[in-house]
Amino acid sequence: MADLEAFRSETRAWLEANCPPEMREPVRGEDDIYWGGRRATFKNDAQKAWLEACIAKGYTVPMWPKQYGGAGLSPAEAKVLREEMGRINARPPLSSFGIWMLGPALLHFGTEGQKQRFLNEIARGEIRWCQGYSEPGSGSDLVSLQTFGEDKGDHWVVNGQKIWTSYADHADWIFCLVRTDKADKYQGITFMLFDMASEGVTTKPILLISGSSPFCETFFDNVSVPKSYGDDCPAQVGTINRGWDVAKYLLGHEREMISGADGGERAAAIGAMMKRHAAKLGDDLDPVLRAELANFDVDALAYAAMGEKFLDEIKVGKAHPAQPNMMKYAGTELNKRRHELMMAVGGSRSLEWESEATEKGKPARNWLRTKANSIEGGTSEVMLNVIAKRILDLPGA
Amino acid sequence: MPLYHNEDQAMLADTARGFLAEEGNIAKQLRHWRDRNCKDGFGHGLWKQMAEMGFTGMLVEEADGGLGMGHVEAGIVLEEIGRNLTPSPFLTSSVLAATALKHGSADLKGRYLPGLIAGDSVFAVAIDETAKHRPSRITTRAEKSGNGFKLSGSKSFVIHGGSADMIVVAARTSGGDEDADGITLFAVPRDVAGLSHDHVRLVDSSMATHTRLDGVELDGDAVIGEIDGGRAVLDAMLIAGRVGAAAEGVGVARGAMDMTVDYLKQRKQFGRLIGEFQALQHRASHLYSEVEIARAATIKAQQLLDGGSAHADLMASVAKAKVAKTARLAVQEGVQMHGGIGMTDEYDIGLYMKRDRALAEFLGDANFHANRVAELSGY
Repeated sequence: MADLEAFRSETRAWLEANCPPEMREPVRGEDDIYWGGRRATFKNDAQKAWLEACIAKGYTVPMWPKQYGGAGLSPAEAKVLREEMGRINARPPLSSFGIWMLGPALLHFGTEGQKQRFLNEIARGEIRWCQGYSEPGSGSDLVSLQTFGEDKGDHWVVNGQKIWTSYADHADWIFCLVRTDKADKYQGITFMLFDMASEGVTTKPILLISGSSPFCETFFDNVSVPKSYGDDCPAQVGTINRGWDVAKYLLGHEREMISGADGGERAAAIGAMMKRHAAKLGDDLDPVLRAELANFDVDALAYAAMGEKFLDEIKVGKAHPAQPNMMKYAGTELNKRRHELMMAVGGSRSLEWESEATEKGKPARNWLRTKANSIEGGTSEVMLNVIAKRILDLPGA
Repeated sequence: MPLYHNEDQAMLADTARGFLAEEGNIAKQLRHWRDRNCKDGFGHGLWKQMAEMGFTGMLVEEADGGLGMGHVEAGIVLEEIGRNLTPSPFLTSSVLAATALKHGSADLKGRYLPGLIAGDSVFAVAIDETAKHRPSRITTRAEKSGNGFKLSGSKSFVIHGGSADMIVVAARTSGGDEDADGITLFAVPRDVAGLSHDHVRLVDSSMATHTRLDGVELDGDAVIGEIDGGRAVLDAMLIAGRVGAAAEGVGVARGAMDMTVDYLKQRKQFGRLIGEFQALQHRASHLYSEVEIARAATIKAQQLLDGGSAHADLMASVAKAKVAKTARLAVQEGVQMHGGIGMTDEYDIGLYMKRDRALAEFLGDANFHANRVAELSGY
């Protein structure tokens, strides 16, 4: 405990010295988030300085081992870091699917060569990854996927189509589920890594009801994927044809990420903020809306405690392995409710789609965006199925 | 501090679970005393056993002969009490009254704590005056009289009031009915002149009283804490009691859920186990999710309270409200999914529904606490 308190004061001092004031402001838009990658640009010097300081300290991925670009923090130390960053509202220095999803899969299934190369690139924000999972005919029933990799000896030739590939148009590399054996549904999928700049890869953004295009269709037309990227660095993670094990492991991390278990906006109460917002619009909350906000805040604050408990437990292996499904279900349903209430408080103002006052329709666009929360990464209905089967052990589930 | 039980707490949970499943189970306690029309609504034998287990004085400081444990530990025992629907004066005596007595004089502690720790005494608290919990309004009066006070007024929903050796009474020594200040807490012994009870059996077979104080005369040494400054002690009691009631409610919810999920795995209709039907699976999974969240909120509130955090009050209300809603869901789904037998007295699931109703009302229901969350948050 004494060590932890020493670590806390050390961390506090380090943050004070290294986190620029601009990086302590709330994230207001997509361009406030630094995703990294070959084509990334910094919004300002503060964003760059903050990232560089964190890379040097291993704080873009605090719990990863030092040799892979992390800081090797224990769960307890990582919690202290999170709390101290939260205390000054420090923004995450780097956001990426590499950190949240591929990294954990590589730490678990990767070869030493893969870890050395890919984890360090992720930790430094050099390569931006996207995830190739869903296909037009394979949504909730993901394991039916058809994108095929033909074995050509020293390389694969990949053909097929992915959909809902988040930010595929901005990504440098993809981690992709590819069928390599048509005879075996579950044990015929390989988890492949390849460069999005390869010949035959095209992406097409999908316009959503929110008016933005975070997701893409991704097409593979005779894409040649080498089987090896060098010594001890194969193109696939885990064993060939056993990619479903990796995919399932990784889905846990994706669901954890979407759940908003790590606090922040999704776990926060909104009532007081909504009262101020209403006042700014010249209104007061009507009593029924106030009551709905109060009930929401109860659920949100309780969920925040659940998020804290879940993260504490997962770090020491105490959480049920299927618990991320529960977090994903509860967190996304809560977030949809949050935005329904925010729209209700905003009234007709929140309907505006392009006005300056709404920063080009932010409330409405954000509200619509949340509707995907309970679909992407596994629908709420699939989450409930998984809870029934793996946690409650209900028959035939 | 991580938001899960440490090793000592996990061990205590194992002990409490085993003990209460064995000695505090529904057949041995709730049904046993209910079917005999017991005037206390609980068994003194079990209370004595709980003392031997060290439970009765867990929140009492070591210097005063207790175990000096915290609300996480008390919550562990309460969750198992809830799971087994064990009728016991633990919440009113070992949590609420014990919290009040922490603020009492050495004399009061000496008078009451040994009996509590030994499981010989039962305590109650008299706060409510109307059918809904509204502690901001205290109209029971305590007027200066000689060396002491004379109390007049009436209280309701005094759980175990008829069995109590001492009742902590919140009365007004100055100011108007709604004033925050001017409250004084009194330790009112049983059989004092002017104290009378109207005994009522509640829906969950627990016993409560409408208690009248008709010029009850007490010495000055019956005052707990400061004269006119009782609000702080009352608030401390309420927070502790709400966090405790939340923990018990988690146990009720988990007990009802476990029983229902088991039933889904046994009952066949249309040639299939009903647990195979997705319509029921999804509802059971949703319930599981809510119960997990309610439990996390409760443990968070316990930790904040034990750590002396200023947020404990808010989180206590979050936990109480969340648990009340969740346990309500658990018992309603429980009875519905049990079908016809869920309506029978023979089956235990209905007992969970009754207990939830009474427990949720105690120290403020879900609406009271959601409103309180809004007020504490500034809207």
